Amino acid sequence: MGTTSLPNSPFAALNRGLLAYVALTAYIVVTSALMLMNTRTSLGTDVLFILFLLSFLLLYRAKVSNGYKLALGAIMLIGVVPYFGTMNAYYIELAIQAGIFVALALGLNVVVGFAGLLDLGYVAFFAVGAYLWGIFSTDQIGLISPGASPVSSQLFYLFMALGLFLGAFFGVLLGLPVLRLRGDYLAIVTLGLGEVIRVLAVNLDRPINITNGSQGIKSIARPPLPDFLRALFPGLNDPQLYQLFIYALALLVVGLTVLTVFRLKNSRIGRAWEAIREDETAAVAMGIPLVRMKLMAFAVGASFAGVMGVLFAAKQQFINPPTFDLIRSIGILAMVILGGMGSIPGVILGGVLVTLLDLQILPRIATELSALKRQGVVIPDWFDPAQYQRALFGLLLIIMMIFRPEGILPDQRRREEAHATEEQEALVEVETGEAKPA
Amino acid sequence: MAIAADALPAPASRRTLRMTLAGVFGPLGQVFIFVVGSAIVLSVITVLVAFLLRGTRTNVDLVQATLTILPQVIVDGLVRGFLFATIALGYTMVYGVLEFINFAHGEIFMVGAFSGAALGTVFAASGILNALPPLLFVLIAVIVGMVISGTLAVTIERIAYRPLRNAPRLVPLISAIGVSLLLQDGMRLIANVTGLGFNARFPTPNFGPPLQLAQIPAADGRTIPLILDVRALIFIVAATLMLIGLNYLVNATKLGTAIRAVAQDRPTASLMGINVNQIIALTFLIGGALGGAAGVLFGIRVGTVNPYIGFLPGLKAFTAAVLGGIGNIPGAMVGGIVLGFLEAFVASYLSLLTGGAFSGASYADIVAFAILILILIFRPSGLLGEAVAQKV
Repeated sequence: MGTTSLPNSPFAALNRGLLAYVALTAYIVVTSALMLMNTRTSLGTDVLFILFLLSFLLLYRAKVSNGYKLALGAIMLIGVVPYFGTMNAYYIELAIQAGIFVALALGLNVVVGFAGLLDLGYVAFFAVGAYLWGIFSTDQIGLISPGASPVSSQLFYLFMALGLFLGAFFGVLLGLPVLRLRGDYLAIVTLGLGEVIRVLAVNLDRPINITNGSQGIKSIARPPLPDFLRALFPGLNDPQLYQLFIYALALLVVGLTVLTVFRLKNSRIGRAWEAIREDETAAVAMGIPLVRMKLMAFAVGASFAGVMGVLFAAKQQFINPPTFDLIRSIGILAMVILGGMGSIPGVILGGVLVTLLDLQILPRIATELSALKRQGVVIPDWFDPAQYQRALFGLLLIIMMIFRPEGILPDQRRREEAHATEEQEALVEVETGEAKPA
Repeated sequence: MAIAADALPAPASRRTLRMTLAGVFGPLGQVFIFVVGSAIVLSVITVLVAFLLRGTRTNVDLVQATLTILPQVIVDGLVRGFLFATIALGYTMVYGVLEFINFAHGEIFMVGAFSGAALGTVFAASGILNALPPLLFVLIAVIVGMVISGTLAVTIERIAYRPLRNAPRLVPLISAIGVSLLLQDGMRLIANVTGLGFNARFPTPNFGPPLQLAQIPAADGRTIPLILDVRALIFIVAATLMLIGLNYLVNATKLGTAIRAVAQDRPTASLMGINVNQIIALTFLIGGALGGAAGVLFGIRVGTVNPYIGFLPGLKAFTAAVLGGIGNIPGAMVGGIVLGFLEAFVASYLSLLTGGAFSGASYADIVAFAILILILIFRPSGLLGEAVAQKV
C-alpha cells in the first residue's frame, strides 16, 4: 500500500526548492481567480470550487516554509472564501457546513482515533448543544417553566461556553456506564444511547413540553450582528453579513478545535489515549488511570459537538429530531475513517470531502441528470443520486476498511502499525509454514 | 464419550437417541420455562402497579382495565419474543464462531421480508394468490425468503468480512455498518426499480377471521373477546419449528458438532480436519436463513414492509442475544422471549398506567436499550451464559 508521498510522481520536480513556491502560488492564484470570475452556481463553478479547495491539500503537502503556508492559508480562508461567498451564497453555505462537520469529525476523532473507542452515537452531543440554545432562545422555555422568557441573543457566546460544558457533562454521563465494555459492545451501546436521545427528543413534548416533539423548534435566535461588520462592509445586505458572520464563527471554532486537538495529541493525555488504544492492559500496568482517561476522551470529544450544536441551531434557526439521527453519526464516522483515524489533517480532509460529496457533488449530479432529462435523454425516475446518501456512506466504509483502513492521510503511528501487523503476520506464516486461510 | 460409544455400540444408539432428544428439546424446555415465567412475573408486577395506582384515576378502574387486556398483551409479547429470538439466533451464531457482531443482520431480515413481499406481489399479479391454500403460501414464501437471505449472508461474508478476519476488531465491525447502510439503500433502489415501492405491500391469501379463544367479562356486563390473529399463530408455530430444527442441527448432527468445535477453538478445529471457512460460511447461511424466514413471517403479520424495517428489530435482537448470553444458542431464544414480553408490557401498559402522559410504543425502545446497558454492566455474560474471562 505504501505511503502517500509523491516522490516518484512527475510532480515531484515541482515540489522542490524555489519552484515549489512558484508552482504553489501560481496554482492558488489561478484557481482563486477563475473561481472569483465564475460566480454563477453551476457544474463548472463546482469544479472550480473543488480545485480551489484542493489547493489546501497541496498547501499541506508542499515543501515550503511553514510561515508561507500559514500566510497563504489565511489569505484563502479569510479573504478569498468570504469574498466569493458575498457573490454566491450557496458556496459559503457549503463552506459553513463543511466547517461544522470538520469540527464534529475532529471531536469524534478524539474518541475514535485517539482513544480507540468506537462511538456510534456521537450526534447525541451535537443535539444536546443544539437543543440547549434552541430551548433557551425561544418561547419553548416558557412552556417548560411558565413565566420564563427567552434569553437575550446577546448571551449566545455564553451559551456556546455552556454548550461546551453541557456536552462534556453528557459525554461523561454516557461514558460512565459503558466504560467497562470492549470495543464492539461499546459501539452498539453508544448507538443505542444515541437513539435514546433522539427518541427522547421526539417524545419529550409530553407530559411537559421540553423539545416540542417531532415538530422541532422554530425561529431560534441568532447572535446579534456586530456593528463593526456593518461598518466594515457597507455594500452588503444583512443576510450576506449574517452568512459572513456565521462563517467567521465557524472558522473560529474550527481553528480553536484544531489547535486544541493538536495540543492534546502531543500531550501526556494524548499519549495516554494512544497507549490505551494500543493495549489497555499494558497501559494500566504503566500507571495510566484508565477510567479518568477514557472519560476525558468522551468529555473532550463531546464538548466540541456541544459547542457546534449551539452554533448549528443559531445558523439553521430550526431544529428537529431527524436532524440528529443515526445516519448523521455514521456520516461523521465516515469522515474520520476516510481521512484516517487519529490523523488531524486526514480528518479535516475527510470532513471536507464527505460534506462535499453529500451536499454538493451528489445533488449536482442529480440536477445535471434532470437537466439532461428535460432535453429528452431517457433517465428513469428512480435514479436520484442525492437520495442515496446511505449507500454512499456504506460504500465508503466498506471500501476503506478493505483496501485502506488507515485512511487517505494516515497518522504516522497508525501507518507504522498497519505495516507492523502485516510484517508480523508474514513472519507467523513463515514460522508455522501455514498459509493464512484464504 | 465418543470413545465409550465406539466401545459399546449397542447401548450407544439408545443413548444417542436420548441425547438427541435432550439436545433438541432441552433448550426448548428452557425457553418454555422462561416464557411462562416472564409472563407470570410481568403480569403480577403490572397488576400490582395498577393496584397501587388505582387511586390516581377516577374515570376508569385501572385493575379491571389492566386485567382485560392482559391476555392480548401476553400473545403480543409472545409474537415479539419469537421475532427477536429468531433474529437473535443469527447474531449469536456468528458471534459464537467469529466473536464478531454482524451489524448487517437486521438488513438480512429486511431483505427476507422484501423477498416475501415480492413473491406475494408476483402471485397476486398472476392471480393464483387466492387459489393457494394460505399455509402453502406461507411455506413457499418462507423457503424463498430463507434461500435469498441465506445466500445474501454468505455473499456478504465472502466479500466484506472474510478479507478482514485477521484485522483489529473494529475494522470488520465498521465494514458491517457499511454493509448495513448499503443494503438499506440497495433494497430501496431495487424496490423503486421493480415498482414495489418504498412502502411495499405484502399481499397474502386471506387467512380468515381471527380465532376467538374466550370471552372475558368486562366492567359493565359486556364481554371482551380474547382473539388470536391467525398470522400471529402461524408466526409462533413456525418460529417454534425453526428453533427445533436449529437445535437438532446444532446439537445432534455431525455438522453441528463441527460448528460448535469451530466456535470453541478455531485453530484446533482446523487441525481436526474441519474446513473452518466452510463452517463459518455455513453459520452465516443458517443465521441468514433464519433471519430471512423471520422477515417473511413478520411481513405476513404486518402487511407492509420498507427498507428500513430491519434496523430496530436488528438492534433489539442483538440486545436479546446479549441478554441471553451472546454466543449461546438457547440464550438467544430465552433473551428474545424475555425482551419481547418486556416490550409488549411497556408498550401496552405505560400509556394506560400514566394516564397517557408517556407514549408506551416509543418508550418501549428506550426500555430495550436500558436493558442492554444494565445487562452489560451488571451481568455481561447474560442470563444463560457463563462468565468468560476477556482474552487479552
